[in-house]
Amino acid sequence: MSGLPDRLVEFVGALREHGIPVGPGETVDAAAAVDVLGLADREQLRAALAATVLRRSGQRAAFDALFDLYFPVAVGSAETAAEASDLNELRNALVAALAEGDAERLRGLAAAGVEVFGQYGSFGEGGSGGGGMSGWSAYQTLERVRPDALLNRVLAAIRGEQGDGLGEALARQEAQSRIASFREQVQAEARRRTAEYRGRDRIARHAVAPQTDLVSFTNASRQQLTELRRTIQPLSRKLATRLASRRRRARRGQIDLRRTLRRSLATGGVPMRPAMRERRPGRPELVLLCDMSGSVAGFAQFTLLLVQALADQFSKVRTFAFVELTDEITELVTAGAADPEGLARRIMTEARLTRWGMSSDYGDSLGSFVEGWLDAVGPRTSVLILGDGRTNGGDPNLAAVRDIADHAKHVHWLNPEPRSAWGTGDSAALEYGRVVPMHECRNLRQLTQLVTELLPG
Amino acid sequence: MQEPLFGSVDEVVERLAGAGYLASTPVATTVYLADRLGKPLLVEGPAGVGKTELARALAEATSSELVRLQCYEGIDEARALYEWNHAKQLLRITAGRDEGWEDTRDEVFSEEFLLPRPLLKAIRNPEPTVLLIDETDKSDVEMEGLLLEVLGDFQVTVPELGTITATRRPFVLLTSNATRELSEALKRRCLFLHLDFPSPELERDIVTLKVPGLDVRLTDSLVRVVGALRGMELRKAPSIAESVDWARTLLALGADTLDEQIVESTLGVILKYQSDHRKAAAELRLDKLLT
Repeated sequence: MSGLPDRLVEFVGALREHGIPVGPGETVDAAAAVDVLGLADREQLRAALAATVLRRSGQRAAFDALFDLYFPVAVGSAETAAEASDLNELRNALVAALAEGDAERLRGLAAAGVEVFGQYGSFGEGGSGGGGMSGWSAYQTLERVRPDALLNRVLAAIRGEQGDGLGEALARQEAQSRIASFREQVQAEARRRTAEYRGRDRIARHAVAPQTDLVSFTNASRQQLTELRRTIQPLSRKLATRLASRRRRARRGQIDLRRTLRRSLATGGVPMRPAMRERRPGRPELVLLCDMSGSVAGFAQFTLLLVQALADQFSKVRTFAFVELTDEITELVTAGAADPEGLARRIMTEARLTRWGMSSDYGDSLGSFVEGWLDAVGPRTSVLILGDGRTNGGDPNLAAVRDIADHAKHVHWLNPEPRSAWGTGDSAALEYGRVVPMHECRNLRQLTQLVTELLPG
Repeated sequence: MQEPLFGSVDEVVERLAGAGYLASTPVATTVYLADRLGKPLLVEGPAGVGKTELARALAEATSSELVRLQCYEGIDEARALYEWNHAKQLLRITAGRDEGWEDTRDEVFSEEFLLPRPLLKAIRNPEPTVLLIDETDKSDVEMEGLLLEVLGDFQVTVPELGTITATRRPFVLLTSNATRELSEALKRRCLFLHLDFPSPELERDIVTLKVPGLDVRLTDSLVRVVGALRGMELRKAPSIAESVDWARTLLALGADTLDEQIVESTLGVILKYQSDHRKAAAELRLDKLLT
């Protein structure tokens, strides 16, 4: 196993590139672990490396994808690849495997699918095979095999025994999750084969998705959005403890003489442990002003979910949404706790946000907020404005923002666009930024950081 | 280096199973490594997947004593490490009223008046020990500093007595629900294990092991329903502990198949929030009953 140290170092390098900090100490640990275990069992190797280099759970997906690249199951076409050359045959086999939930067979079929239908480019022909644009494509494979379209056939195959409500619901759930895992296997297989052909480093850099908290809000895929939504709940719990402990620390200060004396009785009248006076905690009030227009709605939604989950950290939260007009949606947000997906739809249908178009009008929106709800903003209120500040050429209405800032304790603007795009085109971000502090907030990590920093303890 | 506890990964699986804990490959591998490399093991994961249970089973499998330090907000050195028994010291001083200062001083700070707390206890124990530091994320940052010192060198300094070094290194297991990010320094010294919900096969085995009386087909359906629930976006997804509870409930009710009626009436055992309950009922089509 002479190449192992090199392989390990390359692997660690790829992890670092995906934002997983692995120090040399961890690399040494990993090597020691491999030394103890040997290489015989791939799953043991995976567990050993995960135990030595990972530090938090969110890193697992990126780790697994990279592990499969650097410690592949096989070289070339997989041994386990099922024998299916014809599309129909493959799909029939797939239905059977999905219905049975046979993971091993699914992996084989994924390999076969990529082998037969995923190949693109010119290699293999004409002997050269080094073309820059060839490889194996998961997208192309899935386009041909179309596993999603098999759902009903799989259901029919499972249903054989049970056709009632619960059984049906369970079967549907299972079939869907198996199809999803099949898709993932196809992607992993395509990545592995392509990496072998075009160099591991390149594929590792481009084809492995970043960690969830670095996925940008505005161009996340549907699946990534679900994944993101899943992390909101634990994240908010984490934030809540952090905020609470900061508040607790802030109120330590004066000595409570009476309680100190009382305590000192245990130590013969010597005040060994002074007791501190406790102050009544003051919780901040929060007003959210969200741009719900198409381009940034996803971002606003996330922030809403996060704030909603943090609701007990504030004495009062009021939420307003705007596209062309502003309307209060506090009720909708509180009522929508159980159904985060439908929230955006309900906001759009039930609140009066637009007159005719769907593009945002910051000038009028901010104006109508100042006219109608300025009394929501008081000297104890923190205001968060969420939006990209793209006015579509309209008047940015800086006076309104200034008005809000004058009334509030502080105002912060969170912008989902990269800092480099501010002020380009119709963006009034820089102008707004001169009135109130503006922060770049593109992914969950930045959002977390901002929420902790901005909310007063 | 002291004698390792386990000879191979398979042996870990086998001996843990003997103690009533079915370990998956990652769990067994990590435990084996922690033992071999002599590092503390940090176990993270949702509540009820068997983090604390792992420590208990480890202690049983290796016939070690289990010393448990339950962390909470504001836990300090005195609660974790050692404490002088002030009341007893005062008594001693009062009792020896006529003796000189020299004698009293030497007497009062001796072993007799030392109250060992879990960390010191685990370090001084000459027998094999599993030290469980439970819910490390609940403790304050200062506590982590203390842990670093103790877990790094396995020694404790009591100013009046001198340094106490472990004669036998305890197997250390830290658990965390990840409500707070633990410090990098602490994490770096540990092996990391993320304990997640088990695969359906493993869960079936666990349920069968814990509730042997339950019908095999019923166990199967139970695991399927729990799996489906975990796939939904619930506030609190059911974990192994809940599956086992549910199995016990079903056994007590004498149910022989899992139909809508039974699931509906016992859903409270596995779901702890009203909103989750409603959502699950809708997605599992339990409402079909009403129509």
